Amino acid sequence: MRPFAFERATDAQAAVALVADRPGAAFLAGGTNLVDHMKLGITAPELLVDVTRLPLDTVQEHDGGVRIGAGVRNSDLSAHPLIRERYPVLSQALVAGASGQLRNLATTAGNLLQRTRCVYFQDRTTPCNKREPGSGCSAIGGHSRDLAVLGVSEHCIATHPSDMAVAMAALDAVVQTQGPDGPRSIPIGELHRLPGDTPEHDTTLAHGELITAVDLPAVAGASAYRKVRDRSSYAFALVSVAAVLDVTAGTIADVRIALGGVAHKPWRAATAEARLRGGPATEEAFVAAAGAELQAATPTVDNAFKVPLARNTIVAVLRDLCTREH
Amino acid sequence: MQTTITLTVDGQRRTATVDTRVTLLDLLREHLGVVAPKKGCDHGQCGSCTVLLDGRRVTTCLAFAVQHDGAEITTAAGLGTADEPHPMQRAFLDHDGFQCGYCTPGQICSAVGMLAELEAGWPSHVTRDVVSRPQRTPAEIRERMSGNLCRCGAYVNIVAAIEQAAGG
Repeated sequence: MRPFAFERATDAQAAVALVADRPGAAFLAGGTNLVDHMKLGITAPELLVDVTRLPLDTVQEHDGGVRIGAGVRNSDLSAHPLIRERYPVLSQALVAGASGQLRNLATTAGNLLQRTRCVYFQDRTTPCNKREPGSGCSAIGGHSRDLAVLGVSEHCIATHPSDMAVAMAALDAVVQTQGPDGPRSIPIGELHRLPGDTPEHDTTLAHGELITAVDLPAVAGASAYRKVRDRSSYAFALVSVAAVLDVTAGTIADVRIALGGVAHKPWRAATAEARLRGGPATEEAFVAAAGAELQAATPTVDNAFKVPLARNTIVAVLRDLCTREH
Repeated sequence: MQTTITLTVDGQRRTATVDTRVTLLDLLREHLGVVAPKKGCDHGQCGSCTVLLDGRRVTTCLAFAVQHDGAEITTAAGLGTADEPHPMQRAFLDHDGFQCGYCTPGQICSAVGMLAELEAGWPSHVTRDVVSRPQRTPAEIRERMSGNLCRCGAYVNIVAAIEQAAGG
């Protein structure tokens, strides 16, 4: 591992200044992903700026919704009464991720900014456009069973590994940041990006831009998260679905669906939502909407199973929410 | 870059000057001679390096020591002694909750931290709904201990040991 300097930030502004001025600097929060990447030689920062002692560790009511500090640990967030009562989908997504030990370290912002678990990205001996732009994608034509089926490019088929972010996508969360040019609010759908021809960029954040909070607006209806994986615990999603459903007299007043494990970002199922909104809350409608969403899928031979799996999981989650609504 | 770190480890104040690249696990084992936490995968996947950090269970292999200057750490060796074992250690002995023993210090620290989380009412993936208070069932224990791998496969006895330590 390359030697690095260490600074402990005392306020967000100072943290941003420390990182923004040095291309080789990085923020350090829980460390569960970054420290691993430094061990693997995927990244080699020359300066780490510890942001875990900044006063960003509270969950509070805010503007009719809830504001989550960037430094709140995943375990604390999943167990927080405001989250469990108002946003059960988020609590469920958090406890579906990682292990108890890792959730005690991992933070809200760190979870959003964790990087893909594509095996080629993590293996320095293989080409990877995300790790080394222009070197090629080993996953296309390689081991792609776990990888993306929606929004892929010819340069990258990596998936975003977070569960938490999928729930936040369904909740229309807004990410608050502090950057060298001041604060900014980013709808979560615009935080992560599709790979296109620059898969080295996971997000739209500038270097030195620090996530300070995530805001959740108030939400009506029932919500749930379902994760499908190879083991029943402690494994990344093959497919996951976060959904919010509000049904009035058999008609869908509002529906939000986000998919995990299928794309380079939490995938908001806008096509399915548009087909469902204002229509009947029936099994037939759910099947048709899920099918329409997945029309755009471009799987590999190895991960083609994810297309029916995603469709069926969407239908199952909506059906369960419907039962609960009545 | 060298840095001086002071920690309370198993009730004793310890100081060491180490490179910033040293993980909490390597600080404990290689610099302070505290070898209860074990290095299994060194990538946060096996749980054998689990300790209680300021009272919470964490893996120590994915944490740089410098970030945790001033912390209070309890390892399995600090929970009890051979003469006076912690109730969790006693329960692992009573139920043969191990075979080779390599994962055991991590299992024990994780189990102690896990029961505190359950006591505090934290939900898990198998909690029927996240709003209500979780019950201490074998399914809850298994799910909450999924971050600790045992290559010998002593899981059945580990669950029994944890149930005993938790009060039957």
